Amino acid sequence: MLILSRKVNEKIMIGTDISISVIEIRGDQVKLGVEAPAAVKVYRQEVFDAIMRENRAAAESAPALPTIPLTKPEDTRGDKNHS
Amino acid sequence: MKVATKAYGLIDVDERQRITFPDGLYGFEGLKEYVLLDAQQQPFYWLQSLDSEQVAFILIDPFLFRPDYELDVSDEELLAIGLARPQDALVFAIITIPPTGAPMTANLQGPLVINRENHLGKQVVLTDPRWKTKHDILAELEMTRKAPC
Repeated sequence: MLILSRKVNEKIMIGTDISISVIEIRGDQVKLGVEAPAAVKVYRQEVFDAIMRENRAAAESAPALPTIPLTKPEDTRGDKNHS
Repeated sequence: MKVATKAYGLIDVDERQRITFPDGLYGFEGLKEYVLLDAQQQPFYWLQSLDSEQVAFILIDPFLFRPDYELDVSDEELLAIGLARPQDALVFAIITIPPTGAPMTANLQGPLVINRENHLGKQVVLTDPRWKTKHDILAELEMTRKAPC
Protein backbone atom coordinates (compact mmCIF):
# COMPACT_ATOMS: atom_id res chain seq x y z
CA MET A 1 0.00 0.00 0.00
CA LEU A 2 1.25 3.45 -0.88
CA ILE A 3 0.45 6.20 1.58
CA LEU A 4 1.14 9.78 0.63
CA SER A 5 -0.17 13.25 1.31
CA ARG A 6 -1.42 15.79 -1.19
CA LYS A 7 -2.55 19.40 -0.97
CA VAL A 8 -5.56 20.96 -2.66
CA ASN A 9 -5.18 21.04 -6.46
CA GLU A 10 -2.44 18.42 -6.39
CA LYS A 11 -2.87 15.14 -8.21
CA ILE A 12 -1.78 11.57 -8.12
CA MET A 13 -1.42 9.54 -11.29
CA ILE A 14 -2.26 5.85 -11.49
CA GLY A 15 -0.44 4.54 -14.52
CA THR A 16 -0.45 7.04 -17.35
CA ASP A 17 -4.17 7.52 -17.95
CA ILE A 18 -5.80 7.73 -14.53
CA SER A 19 -5.50 10.81 -12.37
CA ILE A 20 -7.02 11.71 -9.03
CA SER A 21 -6.96 15.32 -7.93
CA VAL A 22 -7.84 16.85 -4.60
CA ILE A 23 -10.41 19.53 -5.41
CA GLU A 24 -11.46 20.67 -1.97
CA ILE A 25 -10.93 19.82 1.69
CA ARG A 26 -13.58 20.85 4.18
CA GLY A 27 -13.51 19.43 7.70
CA ASP A 28 -13.40 15.66 7.45
CA GLN A 29 -14.55 15.62 3.83
CA VAL A 30 -12.40 15.57 0.72
CA LYS A 31 -13.73 16.28 -2.73
CA LEU A 32 -11.81 14.31 -5.34
CA GLY A 33 -11.76 14.52 -9.11
CA VAL A 34 -11.17 11.26 -10.92
CA GLU A 35 -10.18 11.21 -14.57
CA ALA A 36 -10.03 7.78 -16.13
CA PRO A 37 -10.73 6.13 -19.47
CA ALA A 38 -14.36 5.07 -19.98
CA ALA A 39 -13.39 1.40 -19.67
CA VAL A 40 -12.20 1.94 -16.09
CA LYS A 41 -15.06 1.67 -13.65
CA VAL A 42 -14.96 4.09 -10.74
CA TYR A 43 -17.30 3.43 -7.81
CA ARG A 44 -17.63 4.44 -4.23
CA GLN A 45 -16.66 1.55 -1.97
CA GLU A 46 -20.17 1.64 -0.44
CA VAL A 47 -21.73 0.63 -3.75
CA PHE A 48 -19.80 -2.63 -3.76
CA ASP A 49 -20.51 -3.18 -0.07
CA ALA A 50 -24.23 -2.62 -0.65
CA ILE A 51 -24.35 -5.13 -3.49
CA MET A 52 -22.39 -7.67 -1.50
CA ARG A 53 -24.73 -7.22 1.48
CA GLU A 54 -27.77 -7.50 -0.77
CA ASN A 55 -26.46 -10.72 -2.36
CA ARG A 56 -25.95 -12.21 1.09
CA ALA A 57 -29.45 -11.16 2.16
CA ALA A 58 -30.88 -12.57 -1.10
CA ALA A 59 -29.23 -15.92 -0.43
CA GLU A 60 -31.03 -15.99 2.93
CA SER A 61 -34.42 -15.38 1.32
CA ALA A 62 -37.42 -17.30 2.50
CA PRO A 63 -37.84 -20.09 -0.09
CA ALA A 64 -41.62 -19.60 -0.29
CA LEU A 65 -42.15 -17.50 -3.40
CA PRO A 66 -44.94 -14.94 -3.25
CA THR A 67 -47.51 -14.36 -5.93
CA ILE A 68 -47.03 -11.40 -8.25
CA PRO A 69 -50.23 -10.07 -9.76
CA LEU A 70 -48.99 -9.86 -13.33
CA THR A 71 -51.88 -9.50 -15.71
CA LYS A 72 -51.46 -9.50 -19.45
CA PRO A 73 -53.67 -7.59 -21.89
CA GLU A 74 -55.19 -10.94 -23.01
CA ASP A 75 -56.51 -11.49 -19.50
CA THR A 76 -58.50 -8.28 -19.64
CA ARG A 77 -60.04 -9.27 -22.96
CA GLY A 78 -60.94 -12.63 -21.44
CA ASP A 79 -62.82 -10.87 -18.66
CA LYS A 80 -64.80 -8.80 -21.13
CA ASN A 81 -65.84 -11.87 -23.11
CA HIS A 82 -66.94 -13.51 -19.93
CA SER A 83 -69.32 -10.70 -18.91
CA MET B 1 -27.25 -34.19 -14.45
CA LYS B 2 -28.45 -34.51 -10.86
CA VAL B 3 -28.34 -31.30 -8.87
CA ALA B 4 -28.94 -30.83 -5.14
CA THR B 5 -31.10 -27.72 -4.93
CA LYS B 6 -32.12 -25.56 -2.01
CA ALA B 7 -35.68 -25.21 -3.26
CA TYR B 8 -36.55 -28.62 -4.68
CA GLY B 9 -34.06 -31.13 -3.25
CA LEU B 10 -32.28 -33.47 -5.66
CA ILE B 11 -33.54 -32.90 -9.19
CA ASP B 12 -32.53 -33.69 -12.74
CA VAL B 13 -31.26 -30.64 -14.64
CA ASP B 14 -30.33 -30.34 -18.30
CA GLU B 15 -26.66 -29.55 -18.90
CA ARG B 16 -27.81 -26.64 -21.09
CA GLN B 17 -29.15 -24.84 -18.01
CA ARG B 18 -25.65 -24.53 -16.63
CA ILE B 19 -24.28 -20.99 -16.26
CA THR B 20 -20.71 -20.07 -15.35
CA PHE B 21 -19.93 -16.80 -13.58
CA PRO B 22 -16.15 -16.52 -14.06
CA ASP B 23 -15.91 -13.87 -11.30
CA GLY B 24 -18.68 -15.31 -9.12
CA LEU B 25 -21.18 -12.92 -7.54
CA TYR B 26 -20.18 -10.16 -5.10
CA GLY B 27 -19.77 -11.76 -1.70
CA PHE B 28 -19.79 -15.20 -3.34
CA GLU B 29 -16.65 -14.90 -5.44
CA GLY B 30 -15.68 -18.53 -4.86
CA LEU B 31 -18.90 -19.95 -6.34
CA LYS B 32 -18.74 -19.86 -10.11
CA GLU B 33 -20.91 -22.73 -11.36
CA TYR B 34 -24.69 -22.45 -11.30
CA VAL B 35 -27.81 -23.76 -12.98
CA LEU B 36 -30.72 -21.57 -14.00
CA LEU B 37 -34.07 -23.14 -13.17
CA ASP B 38 -37.64 -22.09 -13.80
CA ALA B 39 -39.25 -21.73 -10.40
CA GLN B 40 -42.47 -23.66 -9.89
CA GLN B 41 -44.07 -20.27 -9.40
CA GLN B 42 -43.89 -17.83 -12.28
CA PRO B 43 -42.37 -15.40 -13.05
CA PHE B 44 -39.44 -16.42 -10.86
CA TYR B 45 -36.25 -18.33 -11.57
CA TRP B 46 -33.73 -19.96 -9.28
CA LEU B 47 -30.00 -19.55 -9.76
CA GLN B 48 -28.71 -22.59 -7.90
CA SER B 49 -25.04 -22.97 -7.03
CA LEU B 50 -23.56 -26.30 -8.09
CA ASP B 51 -20.86 -26.03 -5.44
CA SER B 52 -23.06 -25.27 -2.47
CA GLU B 53 -26.59 -26.59 -2.19
CA GLN B 54 -27.53 -23.93 0.34
CA VAL B 55 -26.62 -21.05 -1.99
CA ALA B 56 -29.42 -20.23 -4.37
CA PHE B 57 -30.78 -16.92 -5.59
CA ILE B 58 -34.29 -16.07 -6.68
CA LEU B 59 -34.30 -14.12 -9.93
CA ILE B 60 -36.85 -12.12 -11.89
CA ASP B 61 -36.93 -10.38 -15.25
CA PRO B 62 -36.66 -6.76 -14.05
CA PHE B 63 -38.51 -5.39 -17.08
CA LEU B 64 -41.64 -7.17 -15.87
CA PHE B 65 -42.19 -4.69 -13.08
CA ARG B 66 -40.06 -1.79 -14.33
CA PRO B 67 -40.64 -1.27 -18.07
CA ASP B 68 -38.43 1.82 -17.75
CA TYR B 69 -35.45 -0.21 -16.53
CA GLU B 70 -32.24 0.22 -18.49
CA LEU B 71 -28.67 -0.96 -18.20
CA ASP B 72 -25.76 1.10 -19.33
CA VAL B 73 -22.82 -1.30 -19.27
CA SER B 74 -19.58 -0.69 -21.11
CA ASP B 75 -18.76 -2.91 -24.09
CA GLU B 76 -15.43 -3.83 -22.49
CA GLU B 77 -17.17 -5.17 -19.42
CA LEU B 78 -19.51 -7.30 -21.50
CA LEU B 79 -16.67 -8.68 -23.59
CA ALA B 80 -15.49 -10.42 -20.40
CA ILE B 81 -18.38 -12.82 -20.96
CA GLY B 82 -18.03 -12.71 -24.74
CA LEU B 83 -21.15 -10.63 -25.14
CA ALA B 84 -21.11 -8.41 -28.20
CA ARG B 85 -24.75 -8.38 -29.34
CA PRO B 86 -27.57 -7.12 -27.10
CA GLN B 87 -29.89 -9.86 -28.39
CA ASP B 88 -27.64 -12.48 -26.78
CA ALA B 89 -28.06 -10.95 -23.33
CA LEU B 90 -30.37 -12.23 -20.65
CA VAL B 91 -30.89 -9.81 -17.78
CA PHE B 92 -32.05 -10.79 -14.32
CA ALA B 93 -32.47 -9.01 -11.01
CA ILE B 94 -31.77 -10.86 -7.79
CA ILE B 95 -34.67 -10.92 -5.36
CA THR B 96 -34.55 -10.72 -1.60
CA ILE B 97 -37.47 -12.10 0.39
CA PRO B 98 -36.73 -11.15 4.00
CA PRO B 99 -37.56 -13.95 6.46
CA THR B 100 -39.16 -11.23 8.62
CA GLY B 101 -42.07 -10.87 6.23
CA ALA B 102 -40.92 -7.44 5.01
CA PRO B 103 -41.68 -6.74 1.32
CA MET B 104 -39.86 -8.67 -1.35
CA THR B 105 -37.30 -6.50 -3.13
CA ALA B 106 -35.28 -6.68 -6.32
CA ASN B 107 -31.71 -5.49 -6.75
CA LEU B 108 -31.68 -3.31 -9.85
CA GLN B 109 -28.27 -1.81 -9.12
CA GLY B 110 -26.41 -5.10 -9.40
CA PRO B 111 -28.19 -7.10 -12.12
CA LEU B 112 -26.97 -10.34 -13.64
CA VAL B 113 -26.17 -10.37 -17.33
CA ILE B 114 -25.96 -13.78 -18.99
CA ASN B 115 -24.71 -14.51 -22.49
CA ARG B 116 -27.26 -17.01 -23.76
CA GLU B 117 -24.89 -18.25 -26.47
CA ASN B 118 -21.96 -19.34 -24.29
CA HIS B 119 -23.75 -19.47 -20.89
CA LEU B 120 -21.31 -17.10 -19.21
CA GLY B 121 -22.67 -14.64 -16.68
CA LYS B 122 -21.58 -11.57 -14.78
CA GLN B 123 -22.96 -9.37 -12.04
CA VAL B 124 -22.61 -5.79 -13.18
CA VAL B 125 -22.76 -2.64 -11.06
CA LEU B 126 -24.78 0.24 -12.46
CA THR B 127 -23.94 3.84 -11.69
CA ASP B 128 -27.33 5.34 -12.64
CA PRO B 129 -28.73 6.67 -9.33
CA ARG B 130 -32.25 5.52 -10.28
CA TRP B 131 -31.32 1.89 -9.64
CA LYS B 132 -30.97 0.76 -6.04
CA THR B 133 -30.29 -2.52 -4.31
CA LYS B 134 -33.82 -2.68 -2.89
CA HIS B 135 -36.83 -2.04 -5.12
CA ASP B 136 -40.18 -3.02 -3.63
CA ILE B 137 -41.54 -5.08 -6.53
CA LEU B 138 -45.23 -5.07 -5.63
CA ALA B 139 -45.28 -1.34 -4.80
CA GLU B 140 -43.53 -0.42 -8.06
CA LEU B 141 -45.75 -2.72 -10.08
CA GLU B 142 -48.71 -0.89 -8.61
CA MET B 143 -47.17 2.46 -9.59
CA THR B 144 -46.56 1.25 -13.15
CA ARG B 145 -50.21 0.29 -13.43
CA LYS B 146 -51.41 3.65 -12.21
CA ALA B 147 -49.13 5.57 -14.58
CA PRO B 148 -50.96 6.79 -17.68
CA CYS B 149 -50.13 4.87 -20.83
